[in-house]
Amino acid sequence: MRLTFIASEVWQGLRRNISMALAVVIVTFVSLGFLGSAALLQMQVANLKSNWLSKVEVSVFLCPEASNRANCASGPVTTAQQDAIQQVLTTGAVGDLVKQPIYYESKEEAYDYLVAHDKDGYFSQSLTADDMQPVLRVKLKDPEQFQVVADATQNLEGVDVVVDQRDIFKTLFLVLNRATLIAAVLAAVMLLAAVMLITTTIRLSALSRRRETTIMRMVGSSKTMIQLPFMLEGAIAATLGAVLSIVGLWLTVHYLVEDWLASQFKTVDYISASDVLSVAPLMVLIAVGLSAIASLVTLGKYTSA
Amino acid sequence: MIRFEYVTKIYMRGARPALEDVDVTLERGDFAFLVGASGSGKSTFLKLVLREERPTSGHIHVAGRDLGRLASWRVPTLRREIGAVFQDFRLLPNKTVYENVAFALQVIGKGKRQIENTVPETLDLVGLGGKEKRMPHELSGGEQQRVAIARAFVNHPPILLCDEPTGNLDPATSVGIMRLLDRINRTGTTVLMATHDENIVDQMRKRVIELRDGRVVRDQVQGVYGLETV
Ligand SMILES: Nc1ncnc2c1ncn2[C@@H]1O[C@H](COP(=O)(O)OP(=O)(O)OP(=O)(O)O)[C@@H](O)[C@H]1O
Ligand SMILES: [Mg+2]
Repeated sequence: MRLTFIASEVWQGLRRNISMALAVVIVTFVSLGFLGSAALLQMQVANLKSNWLSKVEVSVFLCPEASNRANCASGPVTTAQQDAIQQVLTTGAVGDLVKQPIYYESKEEAYDYLVAHDKDGYFSQSLTADDMQPVLRVKLKDPEQFQVVADATQNLEGVDVVVDQRDIFKTLFLVLNRATLIAAVLAAVMLLAAVMLITTTIRLSALSRRRETTIMRMVGSSKTMIQLPFMLEGAIAATLGAVLSIVGLWLTVHYLVEDWLASQFKTVDYISASDVLSVAPLMVLIAVGLSAIASLVTLGKYTSA
Repeated sequence: MIRFEYVTKIYMRGARPALEDVDVTLERGDFAFLVGASGSGKSTFLKLVLREERPTSGHIHVAGRDLGRLASWRVPTLRREIGAVFQDFRLLPNKTVYENVAFALQVIGKGKRQIENTVPETLDLVGLGGKEKRMPHELSGGEQQRVAIARAFVNHPPILLCDEPTGNLDPATSVGIMRLLDRINRTGTTVLMATHDENIVDQMRKRVIELRDGRVVRDQVQGVYGLETV
């Protein structure tokens, strides 16, 4: 009896304030949509990082035949210098950070590579193998340790310059992280709006049923019995909004990312629809939490003795 | 059943007391009128019994409870022992007569079977048998007040408080309502009724507690409305 009674009260309350209930659904839908997007974007950034960073290598360019740089003032790299550099990269603390073996690319190989990729023959005609630099391609166990390797090799005899491709990705990650931040800030603003709207809805709902709640208090209804229908109304509307935003995100990821993006740019791992499902429980939890906060700040005032 | 011990109620600091040093006892099964001019403190008295308001000083005991020591989460259990009827009926306009009365039991978690048994019985008692399916706007004022009384009494509380229950009714209808309250009183229910209605008080010859500016100026068994002015 109690349950069916509360259910019917909730149903009547939702019907009577249908437009407000819909507003709550929409606002939670949009705000949790932003929040979910922020989370998924962050997941994607993490994916990209692990994807690309594992491919990142540090290139230790050695002194070529003719160079006017200060590092190479003493002429092209000698075999002894090269052995010393290899030594540094394979032993000790630095050696532990480096994935062995180290790949040595001679100036001839570099030239062959250039010829193979220079279809117009523009560079290969004007350059010879002696214009190319021999290079040590070093892969790191942890790409974040670039600086240690660079510091250890930078000032060795015979080293021209140490280059980390990670620099290329830095800008990209910066952009992606900013996007996540913007989505998160928008989500926070929208969540605030959601709390305020749910608060207003519950307040209006409580006011419109003042007659009922007054009678309930008079005949000795418990506080829970009086407040539960309002709480449930808020929670149901908010949960509905959360479910809608989960469905929206799932469709977006499924059709936009999995089907389209993944077929356009195949080189990276993308987030999948199942990632959406992994953040779904959190979103529902946040929606219910929001409406609970709204209930707490509202109901005491409007239904208590 | 209801005991006020030197109760004073001051709503706002510095204001004149709404009730002052009120010392009154109602025994189980009593029937008493609370009379006095507008603003004399009648409604305040009833609100204190219901613990809608709390006294500024003094002690109140209702149905064996010391209201000063009653935790606020226990207030609902106090109110289940008290039926309350008001001048403006306070019915739910979108519920039928039956549903209005059943509502009072539903919201305190009573079972379906008990509701199905006691609601028709109570509607018969107040003389509304056969009008269960009517909506409040399809009833006369007297009938609406009977619904309100049925709602207040359906849980058989030992105390019934009435704040000017006949205030909106014509004299003939009021007499009917008084007969009903008298019948309820005969079942052992303590009835306390605040009223302006001289005729009713004079006819009923019940106990009269008169308030003036928040003070009890008369507490008379089998009294009439305005003894001094006669
Ligand atoms: N909530 C309140 N806040 C402040 N003052 C109040 C409040 N309720 C009542 N009063 C004051 O307390 C005094 C007694 O009011 P009360 O309502 O008890 O009178 P009453 O005898 O019921 O009057 P009436 O016959 O008009 O209903 C009045 O002066 C009134 O203004
Ligand atoms: Mg009054």
